[in-house]
Amino acid sequence: MIIGQIKDGIVIDHITAGKGMTLYNFLGLDKIDCQVALIKNADSVKMGKKDIIKIDRVIELDLDALGYLDPGATVNIIEDSKIAKRYATILPERVENVIKCKNPRCITTVEQELPHIFTLRDKENRVYRCLYCESKAK
Amino acid sequence: MRSLIDIQELSISEIDELIAVANDIIDNPSKYSEKCKGKILATLFFEPSTRTRLSFESAMYNLGGNVLGFSEAQSSSSAKGESVADTIKTVGYYADIIAMRHPKEGAPMVASMNTDIPVINAGDGGHNHPTQTLTDLLTIQREKGRFDNITIGFCGDLKFGRTVHSLIGAMSRYKNVKFVLISPEELKVPEYIKQTELEAKKLEYVETTSLEDVMPELDILYMTRVQRERFFNEQDYIRLKDSYILTPQKLETAKEDLCIMHPLPRVNEISVAVDKDPRACYFRQVNNGKFIRMALIMKLLEVK
Repeated sequence: MIIGQIKDGIVIDHITAGKGMTLYNFLGLDKIDCQVALIKNADSVKMGKKDIIKIDRVIELDLDALGYLDPGATVNIIEDSKIAKRYATILPERVENVIKCKNPRCITTVEQELPHIFTLRDKENRVYRCLYCESKAK
Repeated sequence: MRSLIDIQELSISEIDELIAVANDIIDNPSKYSEKCKGKILATLFFEPSTRTRLSFESAMYNLGGNVLGFSEAQSSSSAKGESVADTIKTVGYYADIIAMRHPKEGAPMVASMNTDIPVINAGDGGHNHPTQTLTDLLTIQREKGRFDNITIGFCGDLKFGRTVHSLIGAMSRYKNVKFVLISPEELKVPEYIKQTELEAKKLEYVETTSLEDVMPELDILYMTRVQRERFFNEQDYIRLKDSYILTPQKLETAKEDLCIMHPLPRVNEISVAVDKDPRACYFRQVNNGKFIRMALIMKLLEVK
């Protein structure tokens, strides 16, 4: 299977196999009008299988959100067909409007304008809690 | 300026300092009668309260300050759909400090993010109630003279009881405290409280459904009410509300220096006959609430 090279754009690599579509949907890639490729189950020496997303344009990415959704994914910014920048996503300390608080008693359920903010409270177990009511992210 | 949303924002030394000031106020009230002259406390109570609101107001009057505010959401613009942020931005022009109670968890934090004046969380849903915890700590200090080497039992609704969650967090910072958690299965302490406050700190705790079994080992018994307003289902409330009723008979096996506490209001979980027992501390606890709030208002307003 051959996917063409990108001249200027983004490659999100080392996505955990099976999570590519989650990232695709979260980034709203179905709505942009440039070429986008989602490759599932690509062979990987390091991971066995991985997903890859190639975007034929440089768009703004929320690296914290990516880090929350799939820590370990890498983001390569391509300029003139070369990797200009490389970011390794990590589990972020705080994410905004990525997770919705499900606690019916939380202030975010009645104040629609409030950002849904979650902070990392237990790195080992990947536990995020709502900034306002401290409910665990589900 | 600094706010108080969660008891964990105060260090142990700051709590010690507040308790010392509160004790000094109790001993020398006249020394403090004009400390907040010219200052205004706004009491914004979006949910009914007797003790907390009146003790805040009494505290401010005893410091020589003034009070404005409302005691239910229906008498504020929130009934018209105004956001917490907008209400607070407005009140920030009229008052020097805010005490706020709200049924939604996290509302006082939102308030503190939208004003430059201090906000005191006077209870947000089933979440936090730091001034009740300060009241409880002052009571424990005055009744027991220590925070270390104590076995404290919490009894009743440990799931929705915000005072319980806050006090567990506060007491977990002291040495050799043993926690005894007495509740029906449905009202146990939430997992995250046990994990973050007890298990992560490797503290000793036991969970039981029997108050009688553990009564002899307790130094403090903290009773709580099963709160109707925290239930979405009335039938669950009715089924659980009478789970524990403290009577003189149940106290027969208790230590002679047991300290019985309750954040009040009570419904029927402590028999009125217990009130005569010298070990019943809950009305002294109410009185302590005013003095610790005086100390806190002074601290947040940076009044010396």
